[in-house]
Amino acid sequence: MIKNVTSLKNLRQNTTIAAILLFTLFMLSAFPVDVTAQEKNPVTDDEVNAVAKELYCPVCENVPLDVCPTTACAQWRELIREKIREGWTPDEIKIYLAEQYGDRVLAEPPRSGINWLVYLLPPALILVGAIYLGLNIQRMKKKPIINTTHESTDPIQPQDEYMKKIEAELKKRESKNG
Amino acid sequence: MIVEFGYGILIISLTLSIFAAIASVYGGIKKKPTWVESARRAMLLIFPLTTISTLVLLYLIIRGDYSVAYVYSVSSSSMPTYLKLTALWGGQAGSLLFWAWLMAIFAFAVSLRNWKRDYEFLPWVILVPSLTLAFFLSMVVFIENPFIRFWADGMGKIYETMFQPAGADLILPPDGRGLNPLLRHPGMIFHPPALYLGFVSFVIPFAFAVAALITGRTDDRWIRITRRWTLVAWLFLSIGLVLGMRWAYDVLGWGGYWGWDPVEIAALMPWLSGTALLHSVMIQEKRGMFKQWNMILTILTYDLVIYGTFLTRSGVLSSVHAFAQSAVGPLFFGFIFITLAASVGLLIYRWKDLKSEASLHSVFSRESLFLINNLLFMGILIVCFWGVNFPLLSELVSGQKVTVGPPFYLRATGPLWAALLLLMGVAPLTGWTIASAERLGRTLWKPALISLVSPIAAAISGIFIIPALLGFWLITLVILVTFFEYWRGIKARIHSTGENFFFSLWNLTAKNRRRYGGYIIHIGVVLMGIGIIGIELFQTETQGTLTPGEELRVSNYSVSYKELAEFDAPDGRNVARAVLNVSKNGKPIGELYPRRDFFYDAQQTMTIPGVRSTMEDDLYVILVDWQPISTRMATFKVYHNPLVNWLWVGSLVLIFGSLIAVWPNREE
Repeated sequence: MIKNVTSLKNLRQNTTIAAILLFTLFMLSAFPVDVTAQEKNPVTDDEVNAVAKELYCPVCENVPLDVCPTTACAQWRELIREKIREGWTPDEIKIYLAEQYGDRVLAEPPRSGINWLVYLLPPALILVGAIYLGLNIQRMKKKPIINTTHESTDPIQPQDEYMKKIEAELKKRESKNG
Repeated sequence: MIVEFGYGILIISLTLSIFAAIASVYGGIKKKPTWVESARRAMLLIFPLTTISTLVLLYLIIRGDYSVAYVYSVSSSSMPTYLKLTALWGGQAGSLLFWAWLMAIFAFAVSLRNWKRDYEFLPWVILVPSLTLAFFLSMVVFIENPFIRFWADGMGKIYETMFQPAGADLILPPDGRGLNPLLRHPGMIFHPPALYLGFVSFVIPFAFAVAALITGRTDDRWIRITRRWTLVAWLFLSIGLVLGMRWAYDVLGWGGYWGWDPVEIAALMPWLSGTALLHSVMIQEKRGMFKQWNMILTILTYDLVIYGTFLTRSGVLSSVHAFAQSAVGPLFFGFIFITLAASVGLLIYRWKDLKSEASLHSVFSRESLFLINNLLFMGILIVCFWGVNFPLLSELVSGQKVTVGPPFYLRATGPLWAALLLLMGVAPLTGWTIASAERLGRTLWKPALISLVSPIAAAISGIFIIPALLGFWLITLVILVTFFEYWRGIKARIHSTGENFFFSLWNLTAKNRRRYGGYIIHIGVVLMGIGIIGIELFQTETQGTLTPGEELRVSNYSVSYKELAEFDAPDGRNVARAVLNVSKNGKPIGELYPRRDFFYDAQQTMTIPGVRSTMEDDLYVILVDWQPISTRMATFKVYHNPLVNWLWVGSLVLIFGSLIAVWPNREE
């Protein structure tokens, strides 16, 4: 009798557990996000965003994927999450997406072919400018000092006069102190 | 009727601007003052006329006349009046009209100045704005007409034309589509006007440069006349850029203020060449040097202004092919080509007259440092120009679109900005013409050493990011040197006049507005630098999906999700608004309300962050997603943006400094 009661109790307990299990399963299916969270290695939003930050979807121009609010971009982020879960490295994911959708998904043009121009031309031009400037300064330095005060067409230059006074005053003071 | 009236006035304005251009050239060449005067008066008349057209369009928008296609596309009855005002420039046609109207204001102002002393410039100074006006007005009259209306014939076919097609009647849609929600922000009231004002005011220095080239009066008179115009242009452009940054920070919801978007860069480019110009004109004024270079910069800035408008208005950025679909793009291209070719031709013609009167004598003289400053600004400009244009080139050549994004620009321009900071710290201490490394070293070593305090303090507090430490050092150096310059001037004044400190500070600045205003601008720039370093190098972020009561942590903040509500607001949007409890170091400090607005009329969503802003840092929270039915779970993205407020404070200081520099002297 006592045994029966215990088994009845057990049965009741088991049903409760089963109900809870069923309910949990139901809840889990309602919230797929939770399923991933309960996995052994959940992929966090931050991991996804770290990769997405350096990607652009082909539709939303100039909006990085990590902050793009469109549904399409949300799906892309899920794709990235999937790939990270499968163990892909960020670079592999980027290459994969670039192969699928073209180089424009990358934050920078890949370093190949004509794209080298984007990296090489600005420094080359700046260098040319610097060399030109340097040579000119060297060349000009050799000339004698002819005209240190520029004759302006503007006869009234109260500001310059005033500054001269200040500079003169400063020189006086400096020489006194020194 | 009023629609035809507005359009008719536009046609008259266009005719007048063409007349002004022809009459000024004829009067200038044939030396006929009556023709020049006639051109000037035509110019004076264009301003009130375009004002009438602009007011007509505004009236149509405010009254809600949705039979006008432009009004339909940018406004709706649920929009408040102040937003309807901004709808004037919220679309293509309206913004081109607005551009032309602002140009007319400046053309009016320059026509009114006292021309006695510079009469020979007058016809050519009229020519440039009148041609620019003719270009923009013809665009508005022929291609992007803001007065086009909807018509429907008996078969239900809809026409979009200016005048009534045969057998068709006017249709009046009950409501408009409304302004792009992204533009429904107070910053958008002032950002486009400020930017456009900056753009059009750069036309005036260019007009004087062209006049100087044509007349052969290539001394520094044109520079002296235009320096205030250039400063005003620069001020407006700066205000426009800063407001755009603030708008992006408040409205775009990606935690930043500057995304190196081509549209942003389009506005930055004339600012870069304009800033270079503001510095290099000083060498021409003081030493009669680099006249050729100043001409080049002035021409470049003008064409970058037109090019910037072209980039944002032609649709070329979304695709090279969109460019060919509208006539706007090719016309802009043609206009840029013609103005550039003509002004470069003139420049070559006068090249020899523009030889320097003096030469450089030292690498460390102020003129050399100004030249290096120009090289750096040009370097940044090259990076920007190439970065914006390369995707177009790539699409044309290989058919492959590429993105040139922030990593490229940050890497390429970062060292150049740093070098500019260094110059800002060094140049004020150097003298004109003759300066030796030894003498510079003598004045520089003290501030350079003292300013090491800030990177050392940062390192002690655990910051080991080299660019940040370098940045902090340079910023402190600039601040020290600038204050030293002020103090030197004040000391000299106190000594020579016996004034007290405050009077001498006041008079020093008042009598040398450009120089000391310029120093204040430098302080503003480095304060902005603090904010930029803060957000670029120290921004952290995290994202997570929370149920009520759960929290996210970033830096020493934690935000916990309290609740979320979805409701319809009376102005035609659906709002999802979350409430978050914020605590710092475990202490509750308040609530934040990030939200997502959905605009029914425009079918667009907007992400409005919840921001807690202090001088130390900003906590910036975005509502990324939520479960619509239960509103039990929501995803948030939290940014910690250290020091970013200094960016806005620095901007205010920069504007204050520019105002001092721009303020007219009593004698003038």
